[in-house]
Amino acid sequence: MIGAGDIVFLPRGVRTHKDRVRDMDVLLAPERVLMLDGIGVAILARLDGVATVEEISDDLARTYDAPRDVIEPDVIEYLGDLQDKGFVHVR
Amino acid sequence: MSVRVDPPIAMLAELTHRCPLACPYCSNPTELLSQSSELSTEQWSDVFSQAAGLGVLQLHLSGGEPAARRDLIDLVIAARQAGLYTNLITSGIGLTEKRLHALDEAGLDHIQLSLQGVTADIADRIGGYKGGFDRKMHVADVIRDIGFPLTLNAVMHRENIDDLPATIDMAQRLGARRIEVACVQFQGWALTNRAALQPTRAQVIRAKEVIAQAVTRLKGQLVIDFVPPDYYSDFPKACMNGWGSTGLNVTPDGTVLPCHAAATIPQLHFDRVPDKTLSEIWYKSAAFNAYRGTDWMPALCRTCDRREIDYGGCRCQAMAVLGDANAPDPVCRKSPGRAVLDGLLETEGSQIGAPSFVYRR
Repeated sequence: MIGAGDIVFLPRGVRTHKDRVRDMDVLLAPERVLMLDGIGVAILARLDGVATVEEISDDLARTYDAPRDVIEPDVIEYLGDLQDKGFVHVR
Repeated sequence: MSVRVDPPIAMLAELTHRCPLACPYCSNPTELLSQSSELSTEQWSDVFSQAAGLGVLQLHLSGGEPAARRDLIDLVIAARQAGLYTNLITSGIGLTEKRLHALDEAGLDHIQLSLQGVTADIADRIGGYKGGFDRKMHVADVIRDIGFPLTLNAVMHRENIDDLPATIDMAQRLGARRIEVACVQFQGWALTNRAALQPTRAQVIRAKEVIAQAVTRLKGQLVIDFVPPDYYSDFPKACMNGWGSTGLNVTPDGTVLPCHAAATIPQLHFDRVPDKTLSEIWYKSAAFNAYRGTDWMPALCRTCDRREIDYGGCRCQAMAVLGDANAPDPVCRKSPGRAVLDGLLETEGSQIGAPSFVYRR
């Protein structure tokens, strides 16, 4: 389970991509394509290899003027799902 | 009723049919194309940009052995310039340390390394190439040192499926992020060698247990994709996620197919990219439209509640087993063709009296 202090990052071979034909953002990985919604894009854009889950949640709460205590569990759940599928790594 | 056609997501580019290995389950056709018929660097580069423009996101550079193309580095550069996620499907033979570094520079995203067996003995026997296993292991080391994301593609059949636990261990040892345990699908050379490759029912049951345990044990560490031996399934695979729905395949001479085996269907004519654009072929050609949607289906499939799950299964399998590409996939328990498949399993799916391999040459 991902913790608030963990740093989650996109490993080599996983990258976001602007799909101009379908007009959407996607996450590309080995043999996998994941269509991203606005929330996914906002979270993934903040995986800079430095920020912790806690700091990302702070930033999202500020940016979207949303309740902090709702955001963090959502971020952890979203990233945990991506981790299980091999899209993100944790350190 | 017209069918909505979405853009393709993935393209498999068979750059060449040439290959130093001679695996008896090769998915290439039994009539191999010669080097002189292969598309040029410029022609492939054009195909890649057309593909990206059409909506393809992932490009798989395959063969034959793609490393047999001397312009492989230039082709990767062209693919990345087109904006494609670029995957190299290789046996590793022909990839020197220098070339792997050049592929890194060129922006290659991912490598899928094939595995014929977990020891030199079995791997070299299956691949028909002495010394291949040792060279592959060296290539795997360099891949890891460079840091390429690696998928191990283990093709499984009667002779090596019992080594599945050791195969999964090897994926971890080589630092692979993903393993594809692909039980042989009976097309191409594998169809010729079906009686020698067909696993037994006991082997299949055991393999499924090993996979289920490994998926739980290695969650978050190793992604495991399992392609089951479909003759032992009750319902057909959703072949290609539906004909002409998500992917396409380009052969060494530029012939565009809905899947690698589609050319076995004799009544279909397939266009080539130098003659027509990829977009025309994808959206308008009779061959790509032949099995889209549900109107083409035999009544058994059209009225079945699984029609949007497996799309009637694999057309090439219906062709290979029943000689009729329009029939329901004979894997389906509800289909009349199932009796033919069961008959084949009875005679071929036993350990006794297996014929020797006909190698791909």
